[in-house]
Amino acid sequence: MKELISGSLFFGPALSLLAYEAGLIVKRKFKLAILNPLLIATTIIIGVLAVAGIEYEKYNESAKYISYFLTPATVALAVPLYEQLSLLKKHFAAVMSGIIAGVMASMISILLLSKLFGLTHEQYVTLLPKSITTAIGMGVSEEMGGIVTITVAVIIITGIVGGITAEFVYMIFRITEPVAKGLALGTSAHAMGTSKAMEMGDVEGAMSSLAIAVAGLLTVVAASVFAEFL
Amino acid sequence: MRILKQLMIILFISFLGEILKMVIPLPIPASVYGLVIMVAALKTGILKLHQVKDASSVLIETMPVMFIPAAVGLMTAWGALRPICGPVAVITVTTTVIVMAATGVVTQTMIRRKRRRRK
Repeated sequence: MKELISGSLFFGPALSLLAYEAGLIVKRKFKLAILNPLLIATTIIIGVLAVAGIEYEKYNESAKYISYFLTPATVALAVPLYEQLSLLKKHFAAVMSGIIAGVMASMISILLLSKLFGLTHEQYVTLLPKSITTAIGMGVSEEMGGIVTITVAVIIITGIVGGITAEFVYMIFRITEPVAKGLALGTSAHAMGTSKAMEMGDVEGAMSSLAIAVAGLLTVVAASVFAEFL
Repeated sequence: MRILKQLMIILFISFLGEILKMVIPLPIPASVYGLVIMVAALKTGILKLHQVKDASSVLIETMPVMFIPAAVGLMTAWGALRPICGPVAVITVTTTVIVMAATGVVTQTMIRRKRRRRK
C-alpha cells in the first residue's frame, strides 16, 4: 500500500481535492466562520497521512503540482484589481491612507510584540507577512529567510481570526462605512477576510479584493524595510 | 475566448514575472511582478479584459485549494512552531484586530471628512 502511494502521481492531488470537497460540505452545513474549508481539508489530510504512516514528502511529491498554479493565480488577481480601478480613483486618498495605515500598524505591532516575546529574526520575518494573501506572503517569507510552512499556518489562522472578529471590531470602533469595512477585512485578513466581506455586501467585497492586492504589494516593500529592525 | 489561450497569456505573464525577479535584486516574488505587468497591460489596452477574464476567474476561485500542500506542510513544521506557539497565537490575534481597526478607522474618517467638506 505504502509503495503504491509513494509511486503514485495522483494520490496527493486526489486526496487534496477530496478533502477540500469535504471541507466545503461541512462549511455549507454548519455556516460557522471557524469551519474554513482549507482548515478542514488540511486537518483531514494530516490525519490520513498520520494514520497511514505516509511522510509529508511522499504526499507533497505529487500534491506540489497543485501549488504550481499559485503564481498564475496571483497574477490573475490583476483582473479584479483592474475592474475596481474606478472605485479606487473615486476614494483614492482614503483608500490608500487606510491600507497604508493597516500595513504600518501590522508591521509595527508585529515588531513590538516580537521584541516583547524575544523572538529570533527568523521567527520575526516568518510572522511579518501574516496579513497578506498566502501567495505573496509565502514569497515574502521565503525571500527574507522565514519558515514558509509556519508563515502559511499563521496566514490561515489570521484569515479565520479576521472573519470571526470583524463584526465585533466594527461595532467597537463604530465602523459603518461599506468602503472602510471592506478595506479593513482585506488588509487584515486577505482572501479569507474577503469572503466574509462578500457576505456583507458588493462594495465591501470589491474593496476587500482591492485591499488584498494593494496591501500585498505594500507589504512586500514594507517588510523588506522592517526585516532590518530585529 | 478559449480558456487554454487565456491560460497561455497568464502563464506567459507569470514567466515575464520570473524574468524580472531574476534581473531585479529585490525580495519581491515573481507573482507580484506578474500582477503589476497584467494590471499595466489591461490599463494600457495591450491586453483586453475578455482575453484573460475566464481563466482568471477559474484561477482565483480555485486559489484556496492551491494552499493545501503548504498548509499540510505544517505537520513537518510543528517542531519549530511548538516552542513559540504561545507568542505566535497572541501576536496573530492581537495584530489582526489592530490592523482591521486601523484601516477601518482611517478610511472612514477620511471619507466622512471629504463628504462634509462637499456639503
